[in-house]
Amino acid sequence: MQEYNYLWLIPFFPLVGFIINGLLGKKVLKNEKLIGTIGTAAIGLSFVVSCNYFFQLLGDAEKVHEQIIGSWMAVGTLQIDWGFLLDPLSALMIMVVTGVGSLIHLYSIGYMHGEDGFYRYFAYLNLFCFSMLMLVLGNNALVLFIGWEGVGLCSYLLIGYYFEKKSAGDAAKKAFVVNRIGDFGFLVGLMLLFWTLGSEHGVWTVRFTEIAKFGHLLGPGSLVVTIVTLCFFVGATGKSAQIPLYTWLPDAMEGPTPVSALIHAATMVTAGVYMIGRMNGLFAMAPDTMMVIAIVGAATAIFAASIGMAQNDIKRVLAYSTVSQLGYMFLAMGVGAFTAGIFHLMTHAFFKACLFLGSGSVIHGMHHAYHHAHLHDDPQDMRNMGGLWKKMPITWVTFLVSTLAISGVPGLSGFFSKDEILWWAFSSTRGGWILWLVGAIAAGMTAFYMFRLVFMTFHGEQRTDARAKDHIPESGLTITIPLMVLGVLALFGGLVGVPKLLGELVGDVPNKIEHFLAPVFEHTQELYGIHAQHELHHLEWPLMGISVGIAFVGIFLAWIMYVKNPELPGKFVGAFRWLHKAVFNKWFVDELYDALFVNPTKKLGTFLWKGFDVKVVDGVVNGVGYLVRGFSQVLRITQSGQIHGYAMTMVVGMVVLVAVYVFR
Amino acid sequence: MITTTHYMVVSAILFALGTFGVLTRRNAIVIFMCIELMLNAVNLTFIALSRQLGNMDGQVFVFFVMTVAAAEAAVGLALMITFFRNKDTIEVDDISLLKW
Repeated sequence: MQEYNYLWLIPFFPLVGFIINGLLGKKVLKNEKLIGTIGTAAIGLSFVVSCNYFFQLLGDAEKVHEQIIGSWMAVGTLQIDWGFLLDPLSALMIMVVTGVGSLIHLYSIGYMHGEDGFYRYFAYLNLFCFSMLMLVLGNNALVLFIGWEGVGLCSYLLIGYYFEKKSAGDAAKKAFVVNRIGDFGFLVGLMLLFWTLGSEHGVWTVRFTEIAKFGHLLGPGSLVVTIVTLCFFVGATGKSAQIPLYTWLPDAMEGPTPVSALIHAATMVTAGVYMIGRMNGLFAMAPDTMMVIAIVGAATAIFAASIGMAQNDIKRVLAYSTVSQLGYMFLAMGVGAFTAGIFHLMTHAFFKACLFLGSGSVIHGMHHAYHHAHLHDDPQDMRNMGGLWKKMPITWVTFLVSTLAISGVPGLSGFFSKDEILWWAFSSTRGGWILWLVGAIAAGMTAFYMFRLVFMTFHGEQRTDARAKDHIPESGLTITIPLMVLGVLALFGGLVGVPKLLGELVGDVPNKIEHFLAPVFEHTQELYGIHAQHELHHLEWPLMGISVGIAFVGIFLAWIMYVKNPELPGKFVGAFRWLHKAVFNKWFVDELYDALFVNPTKKLGTFLWKGFDVKVVDGVVNGVGYLVRGFSQVLRITQSGQIHGYAMTMVVGMVVLVAVYVFR
Repeated sequence: MITTTHYMVVSAILFALGTFGVLTRRNAIVIFMCIELMLNAVNLTFIALSRQLGNMDGQVFVFFVMTVAAAEAAVGLALMITFFRNKDTIEVDDISLLKW
């Protein structure tokens, strides 16, 4: 039996990093290199421990390991511990979180150079990593929830990093509030699950291993399990930015770019997908919920892609791309392709982090150029870019590789994972051709807007102001090394998940990731009959061909419109003015939410303040005061200072007493 | 025949007169005199009833009352002298500083 006694070190190192940088960073440490090193070393050490346990798990026959470091709550038969669970799913997640996290910490040392609050950034980033690791390693839903809330908090803190800017503070608040709505759903689901399992079946637990074992008691397809899973899904829509709770993610781009890369691309937003994977048994029992998840995922994928096609800010495009790709992950989970969903989570972490970090490198360079020329143009607006491939070659190459990956070009990581999802969407016993079609169209749109981004930023003529355009530097090593590592991962990372169809072609290459994650998902898939339907197998090649074809059509269209004939976009906008207006303004969803929820809540708040708090509460409190004063005004009259008055009172009182005594 | 009742009535009248004086007169010394009148009226009641009931308790109590009356008169007059030194008057209507 292998030992996993140091699992707790994985979240512990970033926690220590947070405490050291948070408490000592401002006054004691002050040195940027030291703070950056402590932060990066903390997550780096976690990565080392994670690697160790990952490889240990690979060779271990027993795939589920729990480590309990202490009891949290013990009430009757209910035992909730501070416990960690290591199985293939969490092992994969910790590798992604700590690996990508370490690279981003390294990147941040160069990127955040010269910022006030450098220590604050690294402290929060470490706290975020701690929370995320608690989330993925927790052996029960409450420890997961600690991490869940913690990442939401750190997201708020880091989006609002430039807190002196009003837009940053607003974006941070928006993220936190929208997230909270999801969290409420999660809690309702958890409590309902706990209560039902407990009161109706005598199983009082929140531990994942026990939920997996006893979950079937709730009755497959029953109303309870549908409602529980729907509530959990609401939590997932908040955390992972799906319809209807996605509006916070584009605004979250106010935060520093490495934050967008780590939190809003690779880790926090994947928490919802992870949660569904963790409780796959429960979700599989509720086909209705899974249908909802698949539909919402597909709808979000195509909806966000449509908005991404019209944005001019480089980070906004990437933000909508993230929402769209998360939609794919939920589509996968919804049709029962759990492995494909997690696989896409991993490849997405690689290429999306690379894309965000690359965009950060571009923005850094543009900022430097504008600073040099004393201009105040927007360094994030793609209309000010163009032809940057000569100036920033390393950034360009890694960016291009990741864009090829996200577009699903064969051979790169994104192709394998996205194709797997699309195939399952079509052929799964819980899938359907409409879901496949929506996914395929969204894939085409993805290829289009991503290559639009590449062409506008790196190719064509340089649209940057003449005074600035020759001063755009390639970024330093701390920035380019993570880009290169992630680029390589985006290039080759998909090879662990070669599907059988292609693997057989090249000489029996196995689908390693499916084999790895099988202990987590296989049982559920067998039990509930979730698999790719065999009768449709002959369509696998044609479908793959169609989705690759659509991707190339998208790339070609982008090339025509942004390299060959740059006046085409303008003409297109002119011809379809209303469509462009809708898409450019994000389909007016924010305005809709403002009208439906935000403004009525504000009005309620104002009413409660001016109408209730001032008039009623203050009225009562002041009224009591007035009442007391009134009484005292009356009672004052007796204290006249007149001796005769006092004497009379005494006599009258004495007479009354005697009369009472005499006449009783 | 002069019965105990006659004594009691006289005592009551004296007490009432004393009370009336306390409530009505302005001069502080006169008020003190009325208080003495009230005390003496009570003394009279004590003695009359003591005679009627054949018990010495009433007459003993009269001694106590007289002692108290004397002490109280002394204190009261001292008070009035001090007040006169400050206010140049002993009309009780003017002694009304302890009002709200």
